[in-house]
Amino acid sequence: MSPAPSATGPVQGRGPQPVEGHGAGNPGQPSSTLTWSSRRLLDAILRVREVGIVAVLVVFVAVATSVQPRFIDPQNIKFVFSNAIIYALLALGETVVVLSRNVDLSVGSVLGLSAYLSSDLFSQVHHIPIVAVFLAGLAIGLACGAVNGAVVAVARVPSLVVTLATLYIYRAIDVLIVGGGMVVASTLPGAFLSIPTSSLGPIPYLAIAVAGTVAVGAYVLASFRPGRELYAIGSNPDAARLAGIPMGKRIFWSFVVSGGIAGLAGVLWAATYGTIDSTAGLNYELTVVAAVVVGGVNIFGGSGTVVGAALGALLLATINQALYVLGISSFWDPAIDGALIVLAISLDHWITLRLTRALRKGAVQHAT
Amino acid sequence: MQPEAALPAVGATPRPPATLTQSPREPRPTSLSGKFRWALHWESALVVALVLTVALGAATSAEFLTVSNIFSNVCLLYGELAIMALPTTLIILSGEIDLSIASTLALSSSLVGYLSSNHWPMPLVIIVALAAGIACGLLNGLLVTRLNLPSLAVTIGTMTLYEGISEIILGPAIITSFPAAYTAIGVKAFPATGGLLSYSAVLFIVLAVVFGVVLHATPFGRSVVAIGWNKQAAQFAGIRVKRVKTALYMLSGLMGALAGILYTFRLSTAEADNGTTLILPVIAVVLLGGVSIFGGKGTILGVVLAVLVYCSLQSALLLTNFNSNALEIVTGALLLLSVLIPNAGEIAARARRFAGGHGTSAPSAKGGRPPASAQ
Amino acid sequence: MTGFGTMQPVLSLEEVSKSFGAVRALEDASLELYRGEAHALVGENGAGKSTLVKVLAGVYRPDEGRLLVEGREEVFATPASARDAGIAVIYQEPTLFPDLSVAENVFMGRQPLRSGRRVDKAAMRRRVEDVLGPLGVKLDPDRVARGLSIADQQIVEIAKALTLDARVIVMDEPTAALSAYEVERLFGVVETLRNRGAAVLFISHRLEEVFGICQRVTVMRDGRRVLSQPLAGLSSDDLVRAMVGRELEGRSSHQGAEGGKTVLSVERLTREGVFTDISFEVRSGEIVALAGLVGAGRSEVVRAVFGIDRYDAGRVLVAGKALRKGSPSIAMAAGVGLVPEDRRLQGLVMELSIASNVGLASLGRLARFRLLRRAVEQRFAGEWSARLRLKYGRLSDPVSTLSGGNQQKVVLAKWLSREPRLLIVDEPTRGIDIATKAEVHRLLVELARSGVAVLVVSSETPEVLRVADRVLVMREGRLVAELGHEEATEHAIVAAATGQREVAA
Repeated sequence: MSPAPSATGPVQGRGPQPVEGHGAGNPGQPSSTLTWSSRRLLDAILRVREVGIVAVLVVFVAVATSVQPRFIDPQNIKFVFSNAIIYALLALGETVVVLSRNVDLSVGSVLGLSAYLSSDLFSQVHHIPIVAVFLAGLAIGLACGAVNGAVVAVARVPSLVVTLATLYIYRAIDVLIVGGGMVVASTLPGAFLSIPTSSLGPIPYLAIAVAGTVAVGAYVLASFRPGRELYAIGSNPDAARLAGIPMGKRIFWSFVVSGGIAGLAGVLWAATYGTIDSTAGLNYELTVVAAVVVGGVNIFGGSGTVVGAALGALLLATINQALYVLGISSFWDPAIDGALIVLAISLDHWITLRLTRALRKGAVQHAT
Repeated sequence: MQPEAALPAVGATPRPPATLTQSPREPRPTSLSGKFRWALHWESALVVALVLTVALGAATSAEFLTVSNIFSNVCLLYGELAIMALPTTLIILSGEIDLSIASTLALSSSLVGYLSSNHWPMPLVIIVALAAGIACGLLNGLLVTRLNLPSLAVTIGTMTLYEGISEIILGPAIITSFPAAYTAIGVKAFPATGGLLSYSAVLFIVLAVVFGVVLHATPFGRSVVAIGWNKQAAQFAGIRVKRVKTALYMLSGLMGALAGILYTFRLSTAEADNGTTLILPVIAVVLLGGVSIFGGKGTILGVVLAVLVYCSLQSALLLTNFNSNALEIVTGALLLLSVLIPNAGEIAARARRFAGGHGTSAPSAKGGRPPASAQ
Repeated sequence: MTGFGTMQPVLSLEEVSKSFGAVRALEDASLELYRGEAHALVGENGAGKSTLVKVLAGVYRPDEGRLLVEGREEVFATPASARDAGIAVIYQEPTLFPDLSVAENVFMGRQPLRSGRRVDKAAMRRRVEDVLGPLGVKLDPDRVARGLSIADQQIVEIAKALTLDARVIVMDEPTAALSAYEVERLFGVVETLRNRGAAVLFISHRLEEVFGICQRVTVMRDGRRVLSQPLAGLSSDDLVRAMVGRELEGRSSHQGAEGGKTVLSVERLTREGVFTDISFEVRSGEIVALAGLVGAGRSEVVRAVFGIDRYDAGRVLVAGKALRKGSPSIAMAAGVGLVPEDRRLQGLVMELSIASNVGLASLGRLARFRLLRRAVEQRFAGEWSARLRLKYGRLSDPVSTLSGGNQQKVVLAKWLSREPRLLIVDEPTRGIDIATKAEVHRLLVELARSGVAVLVVSSETPEVLRVADRVLVMREGRLVAELGHEEATEHAIVAAATGQREVAA
């Protein structure tokens, strides 16, 4: 009974609603199950989200390679991966948040804060082990995420507003700490700087590690209660509350995870670029959200996978690199990214629409 | 149509005395009247915040209340942001969002630079830029209303797209030569304002009045509010929801383009990414103005006050030795406070429960609906 | 059926009270439920049934009184704790997770686990199949919930209750949105549940259903229990008397009007999979009712006529001119008004004031020089509120502060103020009190007498009989009968709506 609608909570507001399948059209039709063949078809459609991205990816690689064979040079592939790694990681964390019908706009600022503070440790603490630096970055990210999560979960304020605010606040803290200074590569140990560059053939070890992390994330979200509950919260917050899901707790921890991942990504950013000032990760947030959306995650929660989101990040990186290799001016990058995002959302919407229709039709046919 | 006598019996009924008609079973719940008092309070709170900021600014620096400071550090710096806040207010009120407005600014700026460097006459350049803005808005509107896509996702896409088109138009070039008559609009004070107000500020004041009237006193504005609260009911009342929303996006595009022209003339510079970082501050100012992110609730007055608080606070901090790159902490802090303060009591109560480890799933009635209708 | 007195109730409420602000929704309400019984809970809207259900569900905490499960006092802090105590609530329109599978919907929050605390998907699927099998329901556990019919959504909720081994299953108006076939299936399920020893609390407005499946009944009025006893020996008149506290008025003497010129003619209107080949006319001065079961496609037809929904074939003519499809504003310009089915979602903007809501469909006419003036709006709304005898505090109050009946009057005022030549009213009295109901009925009759063509969609046969000059009956998307004033009897309407030649009385 709060007077301010802004306090109606992160997920129960009367914001734009996703297209609901049931209740809209023809509620009274007696129905039953689908036939197995039509179900298999639906499964295929469902999987299309990931398959579709992979298909687009393959097309881009094929076209780019046929025009410019040097596109599949190991060096080039390595380049694509190292570009994609940080975005893929951030997309993983962002997905965890987006699934529950929230959004974390502060990831770029958290990355920046963590990148500077953690890499600065090398000059502050002599002979600090690299692991400790990673842990420091993680801790910074977790702390930032915990603040986001606590405000969203306890104050029940829309996460868009909260993380928009902390986007500025974390960045400002970063600016105030860094001042006019910066961390330069010469103060960083070689072993640290070689983390992103060492690779197994054309594939950086780091890419493998990130892929592993994404796989673990996908497994956790698919097979453990907290993961399923995030999907449930995003799919229907009211039903989630009735099912007794501890919504505040789940949402809190989803922000902590996103923050922690952004913290780790910050350390990797530092290792990748070597020079860290207060602009590290500036404006990353919307690109990350774009990768998540391109990856087939519903911006209003409930559906999508971290694998899709990571593939979305990889796709964006591949396209940018393909344009570069094809000699298309890099000034075309954002326009093509933008068009792609619009296309991806339209496609995703079209699939959902078709799916709903197919499900309803299948049900009706079976009943008659 | 039907004659007045369509309802003979009811027409004859005398009007009941308004104060005695409330049935005892359905008293007006306090939460709702509280809601409206809160709305009033929010604008008063912004006035108080504004007075405090100005007092603070005046106390820390003698320069703060000078004409030159107000002109160059308030009016000039924030004119475009303020103008973009107006259409953004309407769009958020209608329950949607437009993240692409600052990219439209960039696109418009690039067009102005590109066309004028190709020796197009400036009036034509301006018309083309404004038309391009409207086209950008139209695309957003069509994607949102005809394809039924979520505006948050659509405009994240078109934000990148429009900035991308801007990059294609201008590439790495930076255009800096513009006719002096036009750059004067960007840097000179509006006549008869004593050197206080920039052209952009005067334009903002005029537009704010127009937007205020449109929102609060026209069928169009009422439609926007109705759509924001309940899109379906608006549709059932014959409001053309899609048309209204498309119009709002076109308006947003137009205002973005206008801001782009002003931006270009102010800096005498056209660059591909001009003003693109303004998008989040614009949204922040609108929310700070008490506009609900869920639509329906909010006033132009609130947003105007929020713009003033925002500029004066930043300007006051600029005059101290505050790191200018960290100024956006003001945006963040104000935004956070704006959502926390109105619910402080409730939050404290919930925080205790949350810390206690239970009660996070405690049910709560939605949006202050009266219990009498819980049936 | 009288042996319950000696048993211990599986669930009982003792003198429970619950207030919202100054409104006492429940006052010393009591209820006992026994194993193996289907117990009806009836009462008018506003009698406190829903509040009582929410207390049982753990959504509301009572201010006073005790709740006992198997004789032990329990306090439900959350819906989850009610669930854990073995109480399952099936709402009229279940809230499912559209993106998740049927099995996940059933087990959300309490999935069976295997080693390493992983969710055991195979066990989930198996247990759902085990539960659904005996009910004779075919529903693929792996199917996503998106697109399920309301009846199947309820089945998912029932499966949830069964996997919980719920002792008490509360069904809150479960049949309101079901077809006849689905209602029968549900009754079968209720029997199965009873045989398993569960207590079923069955809330329904349809007394014939109550007599059909329940053994005992509790009647509530004004937040209190007024009666609680075995149904055997009670008549539906007894129940109605207990519900309203007085006798019900019978069929009105309202005579079938002749009808003037044709105002609306619908020609072979078809929307694939929803309704087929619908043709009918409504003349000025007559009230035509569109009767049938919920889900027969009636609301969909009138929504298509008004332009909210599209249609695939056919024409809609108003006063001889074809309407462009899909445009409410064009229908309105032609003099059509629609009072929609769902007041809160479609009829009103709950947060806006009474005055704004009354004027919402007349914004263009209220504006002078394109400006809306508050005084004009208030005068306009005040006039129509007075005509409809609206009970309100101030016209600037949010419409959500009004009772259901008065909210419906605001919707009516919104449309009457446009002086339509055709008024379509979808479920004119759903969820409003009996006194206002009679007022609304009288209003519709007066409206028709003044020359307006009125088309009423109603699921309540007594209402249809009371107001209609002609009755059209729809079944499964088709128009199956047209009955004149004399032919229209409860019997004939029900027979046509359910597709039976003869209906046992």
